[in-house]
Amino acid sequence: MSAKTFLNAEDRKILKNGYTREHPIFVVGLGICSALAVSNTVENAIAMGAGVTFVLLATAVIISSLRSLIPQRARIITYMITIASFVIIVQKFLDAFTPAISKALGAYVALIITNCIIMGRAEAFYVTRTVRHSVIDAVGNGIGYSFTLIAIAAVREILGFGTLLGMKVTPANWENWVVMSMAPGAFFLLGVAIWISRAITERSSGEEEGD
Amino acid sequence: MGHLITIFIAAILTHNIALTYLLGMCPFVSLSRTRKTAFGMSMAVIFVVTLTAAINWPIYHKLLVPANSQLIYYIVFIIVIAASVQLVEMIMERFFPPLQAAFGIFLPLITVNCTVLAVSVFMVLREYSYVATVVFAFGSAVGWMVAIMIVAAINEKLALIGNVPKGLRGTAIIMIIAGIIALAFLGFGGMVDVK
Repeated sequence: MSAKTFLNAEDRKILKNGYTREHPIFVVGLGICSALAVSNTVENAIAMGAGVTFVLLATAVIISSLRSLIPQRARIITYMITIASFVIIVQKFLDAFTPAISKALGAYVALIITNCIIMGRAEAFYVTRTVRHSVIDAVGNGIGYSFTLIAIAAVREILGFGTLLGMKVTPANWENWVVMSMAPGAFFLLGVAIWISRAITERSSGEEEGD
Repeated sequence: MGHLITIFIAAILTHNIALTYLLGMCPFVSLSRTRKTAFGMSMAVIFVVTLTAAINWPIYHKLLVPANSQLIYYIVFIIVIAASVQLVEMIMERFFPPLQAAFGIFLPLITVNCTVLAVSVFMVLREYSYVATVVFAFGSAVGWMVAIMIVAAINEKLALIGNVPKGLRGTAIIMIIAGIIALAFLGFGGMVDVK
């Protein structure tokens, strides 16, 4: 069964929006904290991307299936409790299976709770849409987020430590750019990455509008 | 006393929550266009961060630890934070409607301002005493304010010059400015030492 028969046109549009038109980090400007903080090595970025995608998916299922039962005034707290419960699962999973990564990520795992992507998607999408669409949206956003995180981490790890996934990839006389592994490097790189993505999307949307 | 001053200075300068730990970035990006909104948000952050840390400490140490249920502390903290934010929102709605109008969607999102939860989580991880927690929370929030106010002031001046490349406008230029400020703040490194 090909992707075309499995997902109809609207499904594919929702999926694609997650990593293009409504890309959480570049376009909407959400989830920047973790994009900056845990992108110093690729290993951390993969763990974080997987964690966020899992929580996003689980939240999408729960919130969209309960959407008719959630009272308007209590919706924010409902999102938070749902998200926090799944983050605890992620935290315990990392503690048990990858203690080294869990230690490196530290408080940032807990901070998946306050990752605006999940909250933002819940408020903007899951609370009003069907389970099917929400799950597809979660996958799209999860892909968009994880891919960006890993891409930024790859650049920072190579420049900052001279390694990729812990393997030495730079020549022997390579001088590490220590600043890339620290906060300022994260800011500069994300700034440039957003710049590049804006330049590309503006060009393509300009063509669509025909100017 | 000296210990507390160290924690306070570290939270503002050497271990600035925005520029070193890269936390609280969503409101940082969206509200640093003008000093006025940045200041309003900072005030809300200072109030909420200090208040929630002060409430969360006794809950964690007097309730969760004796009951041996540290497992659920994320949920407990986030509920306390959400409730406090609701309170701040109601007060603002009643007394400062212009500020409320300026914030729009971002006041509810103060709940997802990572700074608020991060301070409470750091307090647990670093095993601070009650007084140290309050000082650390207040210092962190003031540090966040220092960072966003500097960036907002630079942003205002940039808007006057107005020749930022098109793709860089908005989020990207704020990241670059914050990067330069973070680089400058590295200069404070070694001034005080905390674990």
